Amino acid sequence: MSSFSVTEPSKRSKWFAGTLVIVYALVTMVPLAWIMLTGFKSPSDAISYPPKVVFEPTLEGYVNLFTTRTRQTDEFLAANPPETWYDEIVREYDMVIAGPSKFGERFLNSVVIGFGSTFLSIFLGTLAAYAFSRFKIPLADDLLFFILSTRMMPPIAVAIPIFLMYRQLGLSDTHLGMILLYTGVNISLAVWLLKGFIDEIPLEYEEAALIDGYTRFQAFYKVVLPQAATGIASTAIFCLIFAWNEYAFAVLLTSGTAQTAPPFIPTIIGVGGLDWPAVAAGATIFLLPVMIFTILLRKHLLRGITFGAVRK
Amino acid sequence: MAQIVIKNIRKDFGDFNAVKESSFTIEDGEFFMLLGPSGCGKTTTLRMIAGLELPTSGEIYLDGEEISQLPPSKRDIAFVFQMFALYPHLNVRRNLSYPLVSQGMARRDVKAKVEEVAQILGITDILNRPVGGLSGGDRQRVALGRAIVREPKAFMMDEPLGALDAEFREHMSEELRALHDRMGATTVYVTHDQLEAMQMGDKIVVMNNAVVEQFGTPQQIYDKPATMFVADFIGSPSMNFLRFDGTVADGADSVSLDGQVMQIPRHMQGAQGKLVFGVRPEHVTLSDDGAYRGEVLASEYLGTTQIITLDTPNGELKARIDSAQVASVGETVGLGFNPGTVTLFDEGSGRALRSELNDEVLAHG
Repeated sequence: MSSFSVTEPSKRSKWFAGTLVIVYALVTMVPLAWIMLTGFKSPSDAISYPPKVVFEPTLEGYVNLFTTRTRQTDEFLAANPPETWYDEIVREYDMVIAGPSKFGERFLNSVVIGFGSTFLSIFLGTLAAYAFSRFKIPLADDLLFFILSTRMMPPIAVAIPIFLMYRQLGLSDTHLGMILLYTGVNISLAVWLLKGFIDEIPLEYEEAALIDGYTRFQAFYKVVLPQAATGIASTAIFCLIFAWNEYAFAVLLTSGTAQTAPPFIPTIIGVGGLDWPAVAAGATIFLLPVMIFTILLRKHLLRGITFGAVRK
Repeated sequence: MAQIVIKNIRKDFGDFNAVKESSFTIEDGEFFMLLGPSGCGKTTTLRMIAGLELPTSGEIYLDGEEISQLPPSKRDIAFVFQMFALYPHLNVRRNLSYPLVSQGMARRDVKAKVEEVAQILGITDILNRPVGGLSGGDRQRVALGRAIVREPKAFMMDEPLGALDAEFREHMSEELRALHDRMGATTVYVTHDQLEAMQMGDKIVVMNNAVVEQFGTPQQIYDKPATMFVADFIGSPSMNFLRFDGTVADGADSVSLDGQVMQIPRHMQGAQGKLVFGVRPEHVTLSDDGAYRGEVLASEYLGTTQIITLDTPNGELKARIDSAQVASVGETVGLGFNPGTVTLFDEGSGRALRSELNDEVLAHG
């Protein structure tokens, strides 16, 4: 007896799909796992060939990531016994900790700039998208096309003008400058995505709110915003991922105060030889905020991406 | 509770004229129907009263106060939407409290009022449910509840039964009418369903192509149509139109149809040329003799009555007769018309000629 169903896949196709997903997951996860593991290896384990899967874990990479170290004479080392567990780790290489590295600062810059620009993109994007969706704006279609056209070339193509402009305006290597830049790049995506979401919310809800005695703005934030939450969450994730991972502009426009983590991590390589575990540790820590943010919003993200695909 | 006066109201959307200068009065406590085919401007009119659209010109008076340019929140008018428009992110209780919270009512009073309304509508058991999973009828009740909870001056309803299935609509329309009678609130109700309008309305405005065609009680609209459109739109089957070339003199009480003299209500308006003899199917009688004759084309059995379709010298005609009466297809029968019920129309303008029958109605239309 064979039963055929439109919605229920057959056992064989289920098995096939499962295998495919597992293979794909392996392909994408192995490099990630590699980086995370390398962060806990000693420098010699990290570069050994064939690569070591089983190794003795150490926090050396993390200690090196967060500190700067100096080589000291044997007399000095003998006179000053190590005080902490991280002191002990560096003593093996006849070094002492001279102070914290710049990684914490750079990481904080990434947080401020990444989340700042995401917030600003979403804030401006939501207002603009609402206006485009609800009001009669002269030349609305042309304006929307213009907004989209800012994405029609790679942003880095305008790097030189922006570099000169920022130097003139005093925005180079400032948090504000980087927030504005990433917002500028993200805003077109935010407006377009959010407009799609807001278009899907029937006008009647706002009209009901107006009738119920609310002002236009109250109707917007009490009725439209909660319903656009899904769209806002998924748009925020896209914006954050871009701003968080952006490298080229960060290298070009920041060097000190406002430098983000992406351009900083490679510079670790230069300090005291090829310190792969430290780089891997930096990369691992750097991954976490976006990962946590995405996991927190993943329900919204899944619903958000498929939202509006089917007209009710 | 309030009287609503609409004066020369007009609405343009760009080049499109949605409502042409219209005027009518909705008396305090009336269940008032705005009836017409889709796109006739009835919903736009309703939305202008509620404040969701601003009229291009004209005035709206609510209890003597001119409100046409006020925002909806300042009008104290409730609106029931066709698709209900319940806030999907709130549960039933919070949906019902929303209009009260906006007025800054104290939480305890809000709770009491919501409970009271829920009691009236019989929805106390679903107060804490999200609105997403409710049945059509319950959604409808919640939407009504949200409208009545703040005791507004008037209710606007935009085809509130349109989204329900036929069986339930019947039930809900009775419930609605009962609710109105209990509260005595002025209600303006938009529908394209003439049966619903006749059933529920105290007064009906029939609109077509952005103009008010006729304004009156269901009886007036049905028995004394002011235009051919109204005569055709109201009633099922609709009024028969027998077209003829002829003359009606001022004061005449008969007209010649295909050489036969037909009695009509005494006319106060003469006309000649292309005219239309309008008679409702139930006012047509079939007999063996009779000089004006028609051939039976078909019959539809409807239980107590049957609808007979006949071919006459002036076009097709439908008669509603007792189902006991025999009329076989192919047979030629004599036709009689109840003389007091006939309306003559001028085909060019589509308007009814004034007669004893409709004088009173046409005078203010």
